[in-house]
Order: sequence, then structure tokens, then C-alpha cells
Amino acid sequence: MNYFELFNLPATFDVDVAELSTRYRELQKTAHPDRFANASEQQKLLAVSRTAQINDGFQTLKDPIRRAEHLLEMKGVELQNETQTVKDTSFLMQQMEWREALEDISRSGDEDEADKLERSFKQYRADITHALQDLLAKDDVAATQSAADHVRKLKFMAKLQDELVRIQDAMYD
Amino acid sequence: MAYSEKVIDHYENPRNVGSFDKDDPSVVTGMVGAPACGDVMKLQLKINESGIIEDARFKTYGCGSAIASSSLVTEWVKGKSVEEAASIKNTDIAEELALPPVKIHCSILAEDAIKAALEEYKTKKA
Repeated sequence: MNYFELFNLPATFDVDVAELSTRYRELQKTAHPDRFANASEQQKLLAVSRTAQINDGFQTLKDPIRRAEHLLEMKGVELQNETQTVKDTSFLMQQMEWREALEDISRSGDEDEADKLERSFKQYRADITHALQDLLAKDDVAATQSAADHVRKLKFMAKLQDELVRIQDAMYD
Repeated sequence: MAYSEKVIDHYENPRNVGSFDKDDPSVVTGMVGAPACGDVMKLQLKINESGIIEDARFKTYGCGSAIASSSLVTEWVKGKSVEEAASIKNTDIAEELALPPVKIHCSILAEDAIKAALEEYKTKKA
């Protein structure tokens, strides 16, 4: 399923989220159960599965990581549920350091340190996302492989961000 | 999801947690990560001149299964030769810990951590 086609949007990483939301509401209307109140059972079932497809498409295109994964899938690279491990030592060292910093903050409850870390994460994510956008716009194999590596890094960053939010929530409780 | 007793045991009493001095010439380090869950694993091996692994340490940020997998391999590799350690398969780890299919990647991570450390050993020796 090509969700860009479903939403009639160009297949690029740089999606206009406002436009996406508008298309989403329009599509939802066309598949709304009320429109099928007097339709056959088969048509009702079709409308239900179409609604599910529209919702999944919206969630996929709205989220930068899932959107990038969808674009890579269209280029033949399957990233979801992959079990391949990352061995980029300098990247992993940085991840370890950040995990350790999170542990320290969790113990100390230092809000300034948490803010500092949040800014570092944000900057790092912005840099990777920027590079990813350029890589996904290219069509060669090397760029696609590199784009996949960038998405993997974003997944690690998403995990770190989740951890940070969890710790911050506990701080302000 | 229910963890097996062995996973819980390793999770609650992890063996060989920590780090060696990375400047010690007999120490090699394997760093690996699983993008699917964001887990990061560091495995360090102390290898003597006869190529026997004398000691091991790990540090893992991840779920219970990832911690148990790395804790288990530090126990397994101790006293083994480099060649024996290289033959440890993720399926052995998964079987020992009774990991469910969704957690198999944790055992793959542990196997790859051994491989990455032994890779550094080869490079160091060469």
C-alpha cells in the first residue's frame, strides 16, 4: 500500500502536515459508517477496512520515523521488525554516554541537566533528520542504505527521548 | 509478557556488570545496538596471551531479556578460548533463557556483542 497515493501527496519525506490532516478528514468522510447505513454487508465491511487503512496511513505519514520507513519500504528496504544490529562504535558510545547521563539525572533530579540533555537530543535529531531528507530524495543504492542508517539512529534517539520524558514526568510529580 | 525464571534471575542478579579499564591491552570491547528497541550493549573481554577469556564485563541499557542475554554470555565466555566463544549462537542463548520469539533479537544482540569484541581482538593481534 502506497500511502502517499492514498492521500494524493507527493512521495517525499518533506510532507506538509497541515495538508495531510486536511486530506485525512476528507478521506474519513468518504468512508464514514453513516454513509453506508443502507448499504450491503459487503460494502459495510469494505468501508470498515478502508477506514482502518486511512487511519494507518495517517499515523504513518504523520510520524517522521514511520514516514521515512514507508519511503524506504517503497525503495525495497524493510526496517520494521528488523533484527539487524548496529555496530557504529562512535554512535553507540554516544548512546551509552547519554544513557548514563539519564541515569544520573534520574538520581539527582537536576532539572537544568535534564533541559541541557533535551537540547542536545533535539539538536542531534534535527541534524540527522536534515541529512535524512537529502538522502531520501536521492535514488541510488548507497544513499538509500545511508538513509536506512539515519532512520535507525532516529529510532535510538526516540527511545532516549521517551526515557527523558519519563524521568521529567517523575520529577514534576 | 511473562519472563522466564532464568531471565528474572539474571535481571535481578546480573553477573559481571561494569567495565574494565579500556586502556588495558588485554581488554577488548564489543559495542552493539538494536534499532528496533533502542537497546545498547557493551561487552568487554579480558583475554590472556594463550587466547583464553579470563574475565568478562557488560553494560546493557535495554529490556530484561537484553540484560539477561548479556549477563548470561559473560558467564558462558569465561574460561573459553576465543574460538569457542566465537561459536556461541544466539539460538543457544534464546534456548537457555526460554526467550519468546519477540525477544529473539536480544539474543542476537548478545551474540553480535561477542563477535564485535572478538573482531577487535583480531585487529589488535594483527
